[in-house]
Amino acid sequence: MNRLDFDPLLDDLNTRVLVCCGSGGVGKTTTAAALAVRAAERGRRVVVLTIDPARRLAQSLGLRELDNHPREVVVDGFEPKGELFAMMLDMRRTFDDMVLTHAGRDRADQILSNPFYQTISSSFSGTQEYMAMEKLGQLVAQDEWDLIIVDTPPSRSALDFLDAPQRLSTVLDGRFIRMLSAPARASGRGLLKIVGTGFSLFTRAVSTIVGGQLLQDASTFVQAFDSMFGGFRERAQRTYELLRSPGTGFVVVAAAEPDALREASYFVERLSAENMPLCGLVANRTHPVLAADLPAAKALAAADDLDRSGEAPLAAAVLRLHADRVAVADREKRLLARFTRAHPGVALVGVPALPADVHDLDGLREIGRRLAGE
Amino acid sequence: MTSWTEELTRARLHVVSGKGGTGKTTVAAALALALATGGRRVLLVEVEGRQGIAQLFDRAPLPYSEERIASAPGGGEVHALAVDAEAALLEYLAMFYNLGFAGRTLRKMGAIEFATTLAPGLRDVLLTGKVKECVNRTGPDGRHLYDAVVLDAPPTGRVVKFLDVTKAMADLAKVGPIKGQSEGVVRLLHSGDTAVHLVALLEEMPVRETLDAVAELDGADLRPGAVLVNRVQPTRLPARSVPVAAEGRVDEARVLAGLKTAGLDLDEFTLEGLVDETVEHAVRVQSQQEAKELLGESDLPTLELPDLTDGVDVAALYELAEVLVAAGVR
Repeated sequence: MNRLDFDPLLDDLNTRVLVCCGSGGVGKTTTAAALAVRAAERGRRVVVLTIDPARRLAQSLGLRELDNHPREVVVDGFEPKGELFAMMLDMRRTFDDMVLTHAGRDRADQILSNPFYQTISSSFSGTQEYMAMEKLGQLVAQDEWDLIIVDTPPSRSALDFLDAPQRLSTVLDGRFIRMLSAPARASGRGLLKIVGTGFSLFTRAVSTIVGGQLLQDASTFVQAFDSMFGGFRERAQRTYELLRSPGTGFVVVAAAEPDALREASYFVERLSAENMPLCGLVANRTHPVLAADLPAAKALAAADDLDRSGEAPLAAAVLRLHADRVAVADREKRLLARFTRAHPGVALVGVPALPADVHDLDGLREIGRRLAGE
Repeated sequence: MTSWTEELTRARLHVVSGKGGTGKTTVAAALALALATGGRRVLLVEVEGRQGIAQLFDRAPLPYSEERIASAPGGGEVHALAVDAEAALLEYLAMFYNLGFAGRTLRKMGAIEFATTLAPGLRDVLLTGKVKECVNRTGPDGRHLYDAVVLDAPPTGRVVKFLDVTKAMADLAKVGPIKGQSEGVVRLLHSGDTAVHLVALLEEMPVRETLDAVAELDGADLRPGAVLVNRVQPTRLPARSVPVAAEGRVDEARVLAGLKTAGLDLDEFTLEGLVDETVEHAVRVQSQQEAKELLGESDLPTLELPDLTDGVDVAALYELAEVLVAAGVR
């Protein structure tokens, strides 16, 4: 097995952006934060962009609220050789800022008060991913940090991070919205012939379902947005290119569970298909056996003996919990071996689970040590 | 651990949500098997296009139709359905706008995705609408076709929005058949026929998220059902040894003596490893305990499911279903 070695990666000044991906609940945010802490302690000037951190994790980085700008992490007893900044993504504010920066005041007001804008900027599926990419682009452009570590939005699939912006731009850039919003202009004979009566039926059905006003709002919004940015698609494409540029690396985080590893597999294949650089897989929260020389069967047999005689309940308990642990570790090893067989080129590091939740900087440091294989 | 209530027994739609990574789909499937035990017919529904049910039951991806996927003890049966918003919209359009052939063309062009993405609430209205149709469907004898429907719902972060059809409808047309349909959905989801169960793990974050979800459900006038605690790890240490061991103090001499009695002569390194494993176990047991106390604040029936070290396969689902039946699920 190919070992994922984080320290050289974090020390390499050519590493400029690290993106932590994975399906929901695998510990992406904690991994991103722990890598950032470690990089800062090793001398990098680093900023970590978190998406939806647990409250106590946010507090451990000194983040009190969403405020959408990187703040230096100032915590007692934390004196890194480099510098650490952290921020939480505020999806709505990022979108608002994007509009304000690029549109004139009047235009911006017009867009910001559009009901359709309000819907998509707060609840559109894919907006969070789109805005995470937008923010990443801004942080890169600001050029104030020599390493940016990005957490990705919680979604069922790791692929959403790559696909959502594209999906959003397809919808907002697409021919449908043009046809629906400006039927007079778009129903040029050619297209209408292809689509035929289905389309006019569809238009009617859609406007019955979503309401004519929504279509009108959507149309106004798209026209304003188009003239401002030259379209969603180009903008999404630019950030996508950034992810493919040298200096960017993807860290895939997975738990040693079948579902999470399946998602990780999809993601790894996708990255390779898109020529995006993969650093490796973090197998998070593993349970390696600490007393490796005692086989489980032997431990269980001995525990049974002790239970029968009623002697030494403590030793019997120790033997049983050891056997449990061996069973868990074996299963995790089996699952990871299966992943490695399918993806022999992917470097991997197992990160032993901490027995309790992490909610301070010391905890993040400890995870950093485990990530580095110390 | 408390048990299933009389009120929950009366529910016909069991919505299962939970933080990502807690094993929502597994628990939903086990619940479906438990409800089917004793001869009932249960439908297990998924809505996120993940084909999680097919994977769990080790089958080919489910088509958009109700397939029988498992039998339950006592002649019960579990059917499964993967609802797809596109298919639901086409079904809907076909029903009200006579759009059969054109619908297929539109699907090829991506028009359906466009419509469901344009109005974010539409997707949820279509999905919950299909679920309602399954819950209310009657057979030739006039009785409900399914005794119960179990919905593997979106995770806690999104579930209230998903179920809050009234709000979603605010984005949509104020008239027309979809309006009428969604009013029926609202009635069902807010009635005693529906219970929203939450899957949790005995860790601080999932428990906090569970409590937040309970408050959010209450706020939206949706009825929280039971908390289903998944992957509960066995406590091996005697209760009195846990707090001391969690602080790192394990009576090594006593362990060593006990091991000798059992005929195990271990080197120092292995003994040290055993002690470390014991300390980690104790810390975990203690944080499970704390999580359990915190969870008690929810004041909901709480059912525990054991951690299965060999992973979840079809046999394991039956094992979990048995645990649920023993806790009173029916």
